Amino acid sequence: MDFELTPDQKLFRATTKKFLDTEVPLSTVRELSTGPHGFARDWWTRGAELGWTALLVPEEQGGGSVSDAGLLDLLIVAEEMGRLVSPGPLLPVNVVLSALVEAGGHESTVESLMAGETIGTWAVYEPGSGWTPDDPSVTATPTDDGWTLSGVKDRVEAAEAADLFLVTVRAPEGLTQFLVPADAPGLRVEPSWSLDLVRRFGELHLDDVQVPATALVGRLGAAAPLVDRQRLIASVLQSAETAGAVDRVLEFTIAWAFDRYSFGRPLASYQALKHRFADMKTWLEACHGIVSAAGRAVQDRSGDAAELVAAAASYVGSKATDIIQDCVQLHGGIGVTWEHDLHLYLRRATVNRALYGTPEEHRRALADLVIASEGVSA
Amino acid sequence: MSTESVQPVEDFRLRAREWLAENMPRLEDRDASLDDPENDDASWARTKELQRKLWDGGFAGIGFPREYGGLGLTREHQRAFSAESAPYEMPLRINVPTLAICAATILDMGSEQQKRDRIGGALRGDELMVQFLSEPRGGSDLAGVTTKAERDGDVWILNGAKIWSSGAYAADYGLCLVRTDWSVPKHAGLTMFLVPVKAPGVTIRRIRQVNGSTEFCEEFFDDVMLPADAVVGEVNGGWAVASRQLYWERTAMGGGSPYISGVGRGIASAADQPLQALARAVGRVDDPKVRELIGESRANHLVQDHLVRRVMAGLAGGHLPGPSASMTRLFHAETDWRDSDIRLEIAGGAAVTGPVGDHGPGQVGEFFLNRQAGSLGGGSTEMARNVISERVLGMPREYAADRDVPFNQVEQGRA
Ligand SMILES: Cc1cc2nc3c(=O)[nH]c(=O)nc-3n(C[C@H](O)[C@H](O)[C@H](O)COP(=O)(O)OP(=O)(O)OC[C@H]3O[C@@H](n4cnc5c(N)ncnc54)[C@H](O)[C@@H]3O)c2cc1C
Repeated sequence: MDFELTPDQKLFRATTKKFLDTEVPLSTVRELSTGPHGFARDWWTRGAELGWTALLVPEEQGGGSVSDAGLLDLLIVAEEMGRLVSPGPLLPVNVVLSALVEAGGHESTVESLMAGETIGTWAVYEPGSGWTPDDPSVTATPTDDGWTLSGVKDRVEAAEAADLFLVTVRAPEGLTQFLVPADAPGLRVEPSWSLDLVRRFGELHLDDVQVPATALVGRLGAAAPLVDRQRLIASVLQSAETAGAVDRVLEFTIAWAFDRYSFGRPLASYQALKHRFADMKTWLEACHGIVSAAGRAVQDRSGDAAELVAAAASYVGSKATDIIQDCVQLHGGIGVTWEHDLHLYLRRATVNRALYGTPEEHRRALADLVIASEGVSA
Repeated sequence: MSTESVQPVEDFRLRAREWLAENMPRLEDRDASLDDPENDDASWARTKELQRKLWDGGFAGIGFPREYGGLGLTREHQRAFSAESAPYEMPLRINVPTLAICAATILDMGSEQQKRDRIGGALRGDELMVQFLSEPRGGSDLAGVTTKAERDGDVWILNGAKIWSSGAYAADYGLCLVRTDWSVPKHAGLTMFLVPVKAPGVTIRRIRQVNGSTEFCEEFFDDVMLPADAVVGEVNGGWAVASRQLYWERTAMGGGSPYISGVGRGIASAADQPLQALARAVGRVDDPKVRELIGESRANHLVQDHLVRRVMAGLAGGHLPGPSASMTRLFHAETDWRDSDIRLEIAGGAAVTGPVGDHGPGQVGEFFLNRQAGSLGGGSTEMARNVISERVLGMPREYAADRDVPFNQVEQGRA
């Protein structure tokens, strides 16, 4: 995040941090790893009370931000959650909220998502395919009073905990999204294993699921701009979370370098290690710089938002795992134990590297933008 | 204080636009043979000629004070002019080191006379300046220089050698860091001099770089006589001047100098060609792997840009310690370095061999040979890493055998 926060944002950060520190310290994260959902629902409701679900919702609809720049406030939460590899469906719920708010309608759903009573998530990935949200193969066919949805979605975040799914599909009219309740007949969730101990995923099987006309989000065949916005929000939130995780890992690894001695001097006195710390510090500042820039661009809906988000996601996604692996190395043997917290961070960063676009996918998207803009100016 | 009002940026921009269109040659008409290392002398002559045009038109030294020949305008005026000048041939090679490093240092540390003479001379296109810092015995340990000046009545007698100075053969004056007192620890016995490059006793030899460039030089000083007013700053106070000079060098390298006019480096090379153009030239623009590389490079440049802004904001707001600027230096080198590798990966075989007479993508291979230049010039990335770990992260300083030792008792090694 930016160095300069408003007094309200500082307070918001402090409250969020205190809540996370006391409610889900890493010892709790470890305990949650054996539970069913990776987080407790009443805990999530209390997070919602702190404002985590209101930031992208306009005041008229009961939402409200801390600084008039709701996404930037939300990035503060994401970063703090990254610092503690917190559980909780922050990203899925906020992506669904942003879609509903953009599309209009669904007021009561917005309300219950905001209250933390309902958990929603975005079903967008499909088995065997990469990050191609605008090219689904799950179909919607019209019926007399609604649609029939068929196909499979995977890598659905918080799928088991979710009460409803924002499903991105192909309708005869084009890209479309529906809101489907978890108890809809024909809908089945199969849990997936997850590298992250508390961030869970599942596979969503839609076997001729009937949804009413009211399940439509936005307009039929016109979901492309919504989906674009959802992917920007998902990527930038995830990048902020990763940056927060790296921040924390580097912090305790630097402290370790001062405390740990070999041959009568601290690790921090060896140039071979100092140089690696200098690199990592530089990369970390670069991560924060690009995430802030991307967040601001998405918040302001500026023309370079897609480019900055792709730059952030590809850079942070790949550098984070480089840095954390190096921090494991600098810890020596203790770094590769289950007991040490490092692996919790490495798990989170590795999952984040792979989802909502890999660095490689984001780079290809950037190249497309570079080459397309060249076509315009030439 | 002057009471006259500063011209609004937009007025200035329009005036510049009109003047540039009427007076400066268009970039597309530029004589490309000036990029050939063989034509380096002609390239410098052209730089001076163009600088003179700017001077005559009243557009030289936008950010320099009026009393020294500049326009005394703001960074915003400078940016506006640079943006307007993009389609024109500009004297870009005078920016670094002459204006952005040497003239900037003289402005901060020089005498009134030096400011008038040297800054004015540069802005008129009459003179170029160069940095005489590094020595054959070592550049990283800059305060360990052994070139010396001894006082002889009213004058100083200079002896020693400097090396790796870019463009010295074309220059008129060099900012030369030398030792004037050997009986004190190394930082305390240094003095900065303005040395006329063509003075009797100065010998310049050009050094050929791996990419064919002959811009590098080494200089030998044999009993060169310097008047007392050649001292910049204080006698034995040279380290303060050098520190200021290094500050301006970092600023120029990191893209934050207020004294740079125009955009680009002044010599076109394969290193400046857009990656997609290179990919197209070798028929690989649709290869997904190549597109990943193009995207990676774009991401790196965007990240670099926002790192620079973050560090500048962090310094301004006191959130980061002063030496944090070294992070931008390090990142800049890394971005350049990776670009050089990416070009090589994209060009493939065309980087290393091809039809006689058609050098095209082969320039990429040649540039690659010189890849480390950007990690050494302006101080090595290892030194930047030392600064970051020691002065940003507060890690223990490296052992220095010469700390607090009178310089004449410091061991000098074999190299
Ligand atoms: C393109 C280019 C332009 C240049 N232009 C100029 C110019 O105009 N004027 C000028 O005066 N000089 C110029 N230089 C010289 C440049 O400043 C030096 O090359 C640089 O400071 C390194 O010094 P050196 O070459 O003597 O290497 P050395 O100091 O001998 O270092 C050799 C290697 O050892 C490493 N090293 C040294 N000390 C340490 C340490 N304490 N810890 C860790 N590693 C260390 C260095 O990083 C380097 O990798 C230029 C160089 C280049 C490449």
